[in-house]
Amino acid sequence: MSEHISSVKLYVGIWAALLCLTVVTAAVSFVDLGPFNTIVALVIATFKAVLVVLFFMHVKYAHERMTKVVIVSAFFFLLLLLGLSMADYTTRFLS
Amino acid sequence: MSDSPVAVEHQGPELLHHFADVEQQRDAASLGMWLFLATEVMFFGGMFCAYLVYRYVHFNEFAAGSRSLDIWLGTINTAVLICSSLTVALGVRAAQMGKTKLLVILLILTLLFGLAFLGIKGVEWYDKYKEHHIPGASFNADDIAKEYPQIKIDQQYEQTYFSLYFAMTGLHALHMIIGIGLFGVITYFAWKGRYGANYYTPVENAGLYWHFVDIVWIYLFPLLYLIDRKPLR
Repeated sequence: MSEHISSVKLYVGIWAALLCLTVVTAAVSFVDLGPFNTIVALVIATFKAVLVVLFFMHVKYAHERMTKVVIVSAFFFLLLLLGLSMADYTTRFLS
Repeated sequence: MSDSPVAVEHQGPELLHHFADVEQQRDAASLGMWLFLATEVMFFGGMFCAYLVYRYVHFNEFAAGSRSLDIWLGTINTAVLICSSLTVALGVRAAQMGKTKLLVILLILTLLFGLAFLGIKGVEWYDKYKEHHIPGASFNADDIAKEYPQIKIDQQYEQTYFSLYFAMTGLHALHMIIGIGLFGVITYFAWKGRYGANYYTPVENAGLYWHFVDIVWIYLFPLLYLIDRKPLR
């Protein structure tokens, strides 16, 4: 994708951050936060996914704009699928 | 970079004649890989959507089922996959710098991490088999219901949770098997010296696929294992 070569230090740093976040998300799940348990778990998972996409998958250094368009549209259509489906099911049994 | 759409001079045997230069060829291959990954997002997206809907409607069964999974094995497997992603990222770096020997070592490490993940997953599935938690005629969730004396657990919807658990982890494991096959071939070619600083597209694109499969697990882990781990009241 790019000629950019990241340093070993950066890769190991991201790896350590991902491992720490894994331990944190497992530990936090034992604490009763009410509905926030799910939110915290998903926020940590999304943060980990962003780290992987930006640094391991080199998207941060991608100079090809079309690649970024594809990534954003994939994310957009996933949100459309999940968001609209849940908008239906969470309001279906209200009346 | 040349403005001419036709390559006048080949820079090397790696450059196909319909690309202007190596960089354009690499960008095109990368874009194609990302398009494929976009279709994979929607492929897994359907399963995540089914999961969300059923979890919303049958939350008690999902919470109880999640509790019956081995959180230690799940966490260790997450760490194993993250380690494999590191070796892949370092492998692509070694390829970019033309360090073939280092590339082969890192690819072999990746294969070992991938096999370790599948091994641990197999142990977990076997435990579920022994506990009669595999959906079907011999499914029995009495032990799970006993853990939740104050909440009614419907056996039928408990099966829904485990159906989704096996479908999602199974589809993910299938992707892992494909990834290991892919990297097996790439390790062989790397050992034969096919990749160098000028040509490492297969290594990079297989790496993108591997990282994608890692990301799927990053979401599967909290959604399947960590639904409800807090102490029972």
